[in-house]
Amino acid sequence: MKRVAVTTKHGGAGTGTARAREGSDGVFAVSEFLLSMVESLWAASLDGRQDKMESAIKAQHELERIEQQIEQLESLAGDNQAAHRKLQQLHERVNALRLQIYAHLNAWEKTELARHPQRPYLLDYVERIFTDWSELHGDRAFGDDPAIICGMARFHGDEVLVLGHQKARDTKQKVYRNFGMPNPEGYRKALRAMHMAEKFGRPIFTFVDTPGAYPGLGAEERGQAEAIARNLREMARLKVPIVTTITGEGGSGGALAIAVADRVLMMENAIYSVISPEGCASIMWRDAGKKELAAQALRITASDLRELGCVDEIVAEPEGGAHRDHDAAAALLDAALQKNYCPLKKIPAPEIVATRYNKFRQMAQFFHEE
Amino acid sequence: MAWFKREGGELDTSGEKKVRTEGLWVKCDQCRQIIWKKDLAENLNVCPKCDRHFRIDARTRLAHLLDDNQYEVEDDNLSSTDPLKFVDLKSYRQRLQQAQGDSGLKDAVINARGKLEGRPVIVSAMEYSFIGGSMGAVVGEAIARAVERATDSQTPLVIVSASGGARMMEGVVSLMQLAKISAALARMHEARVPYVSVLTDPTTGGVTASYAMLGDLNIAEPGALIGFAGPRVIEQTIRQKLPEGFQRSEFLLEHGMLDAVVHRKQLKPYIARALAFMAAA
Repeated sequence: MKRVAVTTKHGGAGTGTARAREGSDGVFAVSEFLLSMVESLWAASLDGRQDKMESAIKAQHELERIEQQIEQLESLAGDNQAAHRKLQQLHERVNALRLQIYAHLNAWEKTELARHPQRPYLLDYVERIFTDWSELHGDRAFGDDPAIICGMARFHGDEVLVLGHQKARDTKQKVYRNFGMPNPEGYRKALRAMHMAEKFGRPIFTFVDTPGAYPGLGAEERGQAEAIARNLREMARLKVPIVTTITGEGGSGGALAIAVADRVLMMENAIYSVISPEGCASIMWRDAGKKELAAQALRITASDLRELGCVDEIVAEPEGGAHRDHDAAAALLDAALQKNYCPLKKIPAPEIVATRYNKFRQMAQFFHEE
Repeated sequence: MAWFKREGGELDTSGEKKVRTEGLWVKCDQCRQIIWKKDLAENLNVCPKCDRHFRIDARTRLAHLLDDNQYEVEDDNLSSTDPLKFVDLKSYRQRLQQAQGDSGLKDAVINARGKLEGRPVIVSAMEYSFIGGSMGAVVGEAIARAVERATDSQTPLVIVSASGGARMMEGVVSLMQLAKISAALARMHEARVPYVSVLTDPTTGGVTASYAMLGDLNIAEPGALIGFAGPRVIEQTIRQKLPEGFQRSEFLLEHGMLDAVVHRKQLKPYIARALAFMAAA
């Protein structure tokens, strides 16, 4: 629409508009051609004539480019209804193909989605789901770890504690957040806040999105393992309801350290694993390039976790993934949180601890007994 | 023209050199001293020259700790179902069978009930040679049972860790064992039942990040590698060489993570002393 104003400004000249139209016809033809290429590539991959994984990644890349072109064309088309209709058709074809591709996503592609830079992070959810957020800093012993954030907030009117990993999008912020990889003080801050919430009978919502606890020199010196271990033990005995959501990457002990909860939810395109696919590939295959195989073998997707009995519920994401629509993703998560949190409110404290104990005690009974 | 000619061309150097010591000798990998195996065993597998603590298997450990090598083994009826049907270059099922064949154990831990200087104890000793002492559903369940049994019977618990961490081939199922055991330890903590965690070479990953660090006392043998992340991973992350002695017992002691570093010869009396302190007054 902005472009329309520009064209009318130059409208008197006539030649400018004509040239623009000629140019956009060209762009349209290119987009259409590209799209049909992508479609046939995808079809070929489904028949097994092409490597599916590779073409899915390529196709997604191309689709994003085509969509950008469509957007440009839309603004150029002005009040040309025929052009809009053609663009609309093109757009629908893009969407249909994207849905097809998403339906065929494998574990490695989901891993890439879970790590998508536009995926909503905790603060994106906080501002959409909770109100009256006030952040709490520091572990009262060493420092404040920005890779984990904690805060008092209200959830549909209830006073709650919200905490979780925080990732970031630009380089400076990423470094500040340490790519969402906490040091021991992060876990100790989380535990301190959780004890405070317990003291005042406030429920706890935790959100997991981390590649893992930070493997650094200082982290080892300050007892990364001890910090995680203590959280695991203490969370098992907190006398308030805890609801955890795996929103992106659930990276091993660094994730579990804030995920011992009464209800564990997992977003549709999140992953939860004992080791990263790359790490597993380099140990088991001695080749980090085998990450696709490792991702498949480790069974890390939401449906795998549900099947293995390690999460309670899968939270749906908007079409194409949470990164495509933060508001819709937050709305779906909000509904799932309410559904899971409300029944917990009625359970008395001793019972809630006992139930949580049994939940984890029964977890993953994968052994024979003779 | 040489006076002496070697017949039959070059010497064959491809095969192993056959020095027949019949496995009677071992070389200490720290001081390079050649030690007669029998001497080493008599010295509790500690190098007589430099005090290097060699890794020992779970049965030897139990023999060191429990009176007269008398104990009852429990939970030895558990074995893995291979929940992920994991296959890498080899299938997990094959790896399990091989480890079971080699060790005579079903998985990487032995639960035992016996006496330590006359005091009834429950000991879980991990077996490092069994897939790196890694913890899957079976190790997780065995240790959880040991913790529960100790809690219910008010018997002190000693866990001797020797493990690379969670077992990758059981994926997230292994990860959940951390939570399971820690939850059981929370109950034991509330029931005020003594728990001594002994960390031996090596104790890393998910085992350190759960029960190994949750003892009323956390003690370690000298020179043991103890940490959360492995040293190679840390080196790759921070892109610098790690300092000498990093992640060794003495390093952890210095940083306040351990109550004591105890020589293998002193281990049993030390634990007995601790249990006396913790016994109901």
